[in-house]
Amino acid sequence: MLSDAATVASTRTHSARSILPGFGLSLGFTLAYLGLIVLVPLSAAFLKTAGMSWHDFTAAVASPRVIAAYRLSFGASLAAGFVNMVFGLVVAWVLVRYSFPGKRIVDALVDLPFALPTAVAGIALTSLYASNGWVGRWLAPLGFRVAFTWTGVFVALTFIGLPFVVRTVQPVLQELEPEIEEAASTLGANRRQTVIRILLPELMPSLLTGFALAFARALGEYGSVVFISGNMPMKTEIVPLLIITKLEQYDYRGATAIAVVMLVSSFVLLLLINLLQKWSRRFHAI
Amino acid sequence: MAPASVAPFPTRRPRAVLPRAARDPAWARWALTAVALAFLAFFLVLPLVVVFAEAFSKGLGFFLATVREPDALAAIRLTLLTVAIVVPANVVFGVAAAWAIAKFRFRGKSLLTTLIDLPFAVSPVISGLVYVLVFGAQGWFGPWLIAHNIRIIFAVPGIVLATTFVTFPFVARELIPLMQAQGTDEEYSAVTLGASGWQIFWRVTLPNIRWGLFYGVILCNARAMGEFGAVSVVSGHIRGETNTMPLHVEILYNEYNIAGAFAVASLLALLALATLVAKSVIEWRQTGTP
Repeated sequence: MLSDAATVASTRTHSARSILPGFGLSLGFTLAYLGLIVLVPLSAAFLKTAGMSWHDFTAAVASPRVIAAYRLSFGASLAAGFVNMVFGLVVAWVLVRYSFPGKRIVDALVDLPFALPTAVAGIALTSLYASNGWVGRWLAPLGFRVAFTWTGVFVALTFIGLPFVVRTVQPVLQELEPEIEEAASTLGANRRQTVIRILLPELMPSLLTGFALAFARALGEYGSVVFISGNMPMKTEIVPLLIITKLEQYDYRGATAIAVVMLVSSFVLLLLINLLQKWSRRFHAI
Repeated sequence: MAPASVAPFPTRRPRAVLPRAARDPAWARWALTAVALAFLAFFLVLPLVVVFAEAFSKGLGFFLATVREPDALAAIRLTLLTVAIVVPANVVFGVAAAWAIAKFRFRGKSLLTTLIDLPFAVSPVISGLVYVLVFGAQGWFGPWLIAHNIRIIFAVPGIVLATTFVTFPFVARELIPLMQAQGTDEEYSAVTLGASGWQIFWRVTLPNIRWGLFYGVILCNARAMGEFGAVSVVSGHIRGETNTMPLHVEILYNEYNIAGAFAVASLLALLALATLVAKSVIEWRQTGTP
């Protein structure tokens, strides 16, 4: 601590510590608020689970019904994240590189899934894709059901994750120098080669970050999914719903054990996203 | 939320300057634009349109009757009350956190920044669950709370706490990068000229961050009004008492009152549209384009 203070003492920033007031107050308040609102309640989940025996824990988090829910949640989230990665790239590309009437409105609309309450999205999507809905009635004669099936869960998760890839790729694309593409072209690359060998590698870190963010959001999503999924155990029951079901049956331990599994998965994802962002920053420093 | 925030984008390159090699052939431009617009129309516009179409499917009279019904009004009041507590609390926290992180140097700063983002990585359902574990009847403080006749879970305080958790990072994460980018030079000058701490904050820092702050507030507000999963766990769903607007939508929907559910939902959809408009206006101010 002393040596650390000595090293910063010479820098200009350290003098800021003494000149500007309010360090103790602001940091103290920040830590207290963070602790009370976030850290203490989250630790309750881990402590509750720590009180369980290993046998009870595995029984709670690995029963067939729970495994089916993991498969649905992880599978549909991965699929939705992948679709968003592909279409998000196209949307970002079109918004940055082309111009068309109403572009500004389209750009603003991309954030709708962030702004629209999830329950509203949930009932809207259900009404669209039910067998008598605007979209569902065209799919039903083809024998294709969306609402109350795996596909319904996938549609809701695609909606909820839509802005992530667009909003992570867009700024990178905006800063990309078109001169790079010009250089590739003068060196004899055709447009397809330029896109695949020059542009895509450059965009890859932000694409993966967007994918991971969309995936993480989809894993925990509840409101937009419960209406369209039909909630049949073993078939269309997502993990967050299973947690609520256990709570309603007063099975607090079972609910918390599953929650801890999901929390650990989310934290691993968060770590991965941070690493990806570091990687993408280094990528752009070159 | 998207990492692209109010941090000003580099000025947009005029289209004509794009070199020929960076331009796509016309067929590719048309095809990609068509694919992008079709995707967005299908996933964004259609759900939005269906909300309003269903809301007015039984006429204006039914719509007005639904949103003026006592339970609906109680839900609207509770949602507004929650927002009135949660947003100011998270604003004070966001400003304090950004002041400490952006203006000073200390150990563990990047860990603190990561921890502030933590609630975004937590499922809303789990955000509600952890408060049940702390304040619920079987929770840490459950017996004490029951002995003193204080209700937190299945009551308004629980709804406020869960909503605070879910919207926790919004203001802070808008302000931290903004204040970091602005540096400390102006505050130094103010100190040199003899300003006190609060004078510096109100006269120098706050005017500089007001748009970023406003941006954080509207995002926080939108999420707080619309939060469903976390509130659903802690609310207890008592009509007219612990029902927020999104929960009221769910109740009406589960009673097969579809037009009624969409009537209340359309109010929330309007809020979402207002949020998008406000957000765009701030972004256009920041980038300098009209």
